[in-house]
Amino acid sequence: MRMGRRIAATLKRTAIHALPTVLGIIVLDFLLLQLMPGDAADVIASESGVATAETMAALRQRFGLDQPVLTQLVNFLSHLAQFDLGFSPRYNMSVLDMIMTRLPGTVLLMVTALSLALVLGIVVGSVMAAWAGRWPDRALSVVVLLFYSMPGFWVGLMAIVLFSVKLGWLPSDGSMTVGASLTGWAFVADRAKHLILPALALASFFIAVYARLVRASMLEVQRQDFMRTAQAKGLHPFFIQLRHALRNALIPVTTVAGMHLGNLLGGAVVVETLFGWPGMGRLALEAVLARDFSVLLGVLLLSSLLVIIANVLIDLLHAWLDPRIGAA
Amino acid sequence: MTAKFSESGAKTTRRAALVGASALALSVGRAGAQTPTPKKGGTLTFMQNSEPQTLVALTTVATPALTVSAKVTEGLLEYDYDIKPRPQLATEWSISPDGKTYTFKLRPNVKFHDGKPFTSADVAYSIQLLKTVHPRGRNTFANVTEVKTPDPLTAIIELSKPAPYLIKALTAAEAPMMPRHIYEGTDPLANPNGNAPIGTGPYKFKEWVRGSHIIYERNPDYWDAPKPYIDRMVCKFLPDPGARSIAFENGSADIGYRTPVALSDLERLKKIPTLRFETKGTSYSYNVSTLQFNLDSQFFKELKVRQAVAHAIDRELLIKTVVYGYGTVCYSPIAPGLKEFHDPTPSPYKLDLKKAEALLDEAGFPRGANKVRFKVPLDYNPIGDESRRAGEFMRAALGRIGIAVEIRAADPSAFVKRVYTDREFDFTYNGHSNLFDPTVGVQRLYWSKNFKKGVPFSNGSHYDNPKVDALLEGAAVENDPVKRKQMFIDFQRIIAEEVPDIPLYSPLYLTIHNVRVHDHSLTADGVEANMAAVWLDA
Repeated sequence: MRMGRRIAATLKRTAIHALPTVLGIIVLDFLLLQLMPGDAADVIASESGVATAETMAALRQRFGLDQPVLTQLVNFLSHLAQFDLGFSPRYNMSVLDMIMTRLPGTVLLMVTALSLALVLGIVVGSVMAAWAGRWPDRALSVVVLLFYSMPGFWVGLMAIVLFSVKLGWLPSDGSMTVGASLTGWAFVADRAKHLILPALALASFFIAVYARLVRASMLEVQRQDFMRTAQAKGLHPFFIQLRHALRNALIPVTTVAGMHLGNLLGGAVVVETLFGWPGMGRLALEAVLARDFSVLLGVLLLSSLLVIIANVLIDLLHAWLDPRIGAA
Repeated sequence: MTAKFSESGAKTTRRAALVGASALALSVGRAGAQTPTPKKGGTLTFMQNSEPQTLVALTTVATPALTVSAKVTEGLLEYDYDIKPRPQLATEWSISPDGKTYTFKLRPNVKFHDGKPFTSADVAYSIQLLKTVHPRGRNTFANVTEVKTPDPLTAIIELSKPAPYLIKALTAAEAPMMPRHIYEGTDPLANPNGNAPIGTGPYKFKEWVRGSHIIYERNPDYWDAPKPYIDRMVCKFLPDPGARSIAFENGSADIGYRTPVALSDLERLKKIPTLRFETKGTSYSYNVSTLQFNLDSQFFKELKVRQAVAHAIDRELLIKTVVYGYGTVCYSPIAPGLKEFHDPTPSPYKLDLKKAEALLDEAGFPRGANKVRFKVPLDYNPIGDESRRAGEFMRAALGRIGIAVEIRAADPSAFVKRVYTDREFDFTYNGHSNLFDPTVGVQRLYWSKNFKKGVPFSNGSHYDNPKVDALLEGAAVENDPVKRKQMFIDFQRIIAEEVPDIPLYSPLYLTIHNVRVHDHSLTADGVEANMAAVWLDA
């Protein structure tokens, strides 16, 4: 199977790249974090508004901050080699458990937002390309420009004001109705209702990016020779657009989407904070503010793995979309 | 004289508070919809700004932990709005005339949620635990030599020296009574009880979904039956202030405290008919916001420069612009709320720009290029949402007398490190809690022996005055309330003269709640207390 061989080759190449990348990310992050002023004990004291010399010393000992920096790094790496992300003294919980309670929320939000952005972006972009220069294109261009220039959190806030405050259709915070213990269809509907606004806020910018990208690449494909051939064959214009134009126009979109996954994780920090969404972005932000480095390093590690996995999937998708890619 | 208190007195007060609450409702004209008899059932959604690190305020006094702790873990006493003690787990108490022996009679037939009885052994164990691991307990209980337990319902605390503030320190959140059978022989910081607490309180811990919510269920075996009235309490965490405003607006949050929204949103929210704003229940912890000088700074080591700055600040204008009027003018490090000790005398340095300019000239800082006398950075404690605005206010106010202020932003950790560890600052906009007594909340800021590098919220000014030290140390062990008050008044006069910092105002905090929530703030610590009495309209 040619396809199978190519998948294996992609996986092998990624694995070789991933290990040093991840290690580099961790060591770099660790060293960068050392530059931040203040430590976990300072944060706890500032939250409490009170401290004594004894409590500060006890806190530093508990966080391992009384150890030299290099010892701390070696400790972290040796734990990591045994697949142990460490322990957060601040939350009295293992880092892996903390992340695992948050990971599904973030993955759900990201996958939904990315799918929403791709689907809407491609649809809008195709429509714009098909009617290029005429009124549907112009009208959608204005909408796309708005989405492109408005920050996601503002879109989110305005969506809350409209759908949650004025109309009362959708909830404004959380990822589910707390304590409702729903099952089956009601459970799914409840989760979906909570998901719509944050996913929209996170996706808005990317919808605009993909729409413009799809429009541009489809217009470029329109001018290619094989499009004329397809028309000459007498194919229905709809199928020409779908099978020949769109498929080719998708290559740049998927490439960009793969790279955007990291951006989405960054955007998730803001959107999760705004919507009280229990995800990893918020955990990362809280860990930075709390100087809880074991948690932060764990989040960064898993995020980098997530991005790497997503890039593998994009590579495979490319291989399927365009057999010429990945042959090298 | 032996002070004796009993439960009957407290009941009257509680009823009086209830009557007061319904009288208030009458004056608003909504009494028709309300009845003073509590209704049973319902779920209360308690909105919080941030998630606690632990659910018991034993090893931390961070606000998020204080907010939830008392729902499960109770204390010996609770307090009325004027911080007068009332029974909780102790029904009677007495203090010996020399102030060194405290005897508590405990409430009989109180059980922890796991069915084990609550006894004097738990009290003795908890006090020792607080003395060793609680951030404030080390100081509050420093004089405790022994806790005697002659029988299961009597606990006697013996002190080496009087501690006049001790009787006010026994709330559920400040001095939680822990189950000894769960903590004995473990590391209290790592004890799993911190994540899934067991206590004697009105609510049983059910679940904590990190990043999302905590659920507490009604404790059907609560000692103060028929309380609690509600079936369930959900604590939600919403870090964004704008989103919190909306949650109150659309009814997804029932209650939140210490002004849980941006001050600029209050005017809009006050127009919403389903919301109420309560100022009671904040008297256990008054704050004072100050402009705090570093007395080692090349500029502010000069008394005249500090006096000049004091002459340039209009506190009323500051309150109006920076905190939208939600503050009380305060000239003293002791908040006006602590009526017993507060000195209302205005600052000797009245608003007077001409005098300020003259003082700066005398101090050797004449106006130079661009009419600027000197440039100085101002750091602000970012924990409050008004801090940045306060910095901007100072820049404008001091700009008028030729001091060019540069505002320097930092996150809480960086701020604390800069001020208390690195000491690389000139002056800060900072806030401190007075707590329930000046010895606990104020002494630390002015006592020369508490100038400790690396210890946040210690004597950050590096103020050193033997007279002040003597007054503070004396007041800490003075058993006579009249003498003690005089010591604090003398202390405040000296601080006002020497201006190691400029107290500006005491913030006024609001508890925002839905109109369907009743009887939530009946004690000095308001919703931070156990909230056993809270009930909801159907």
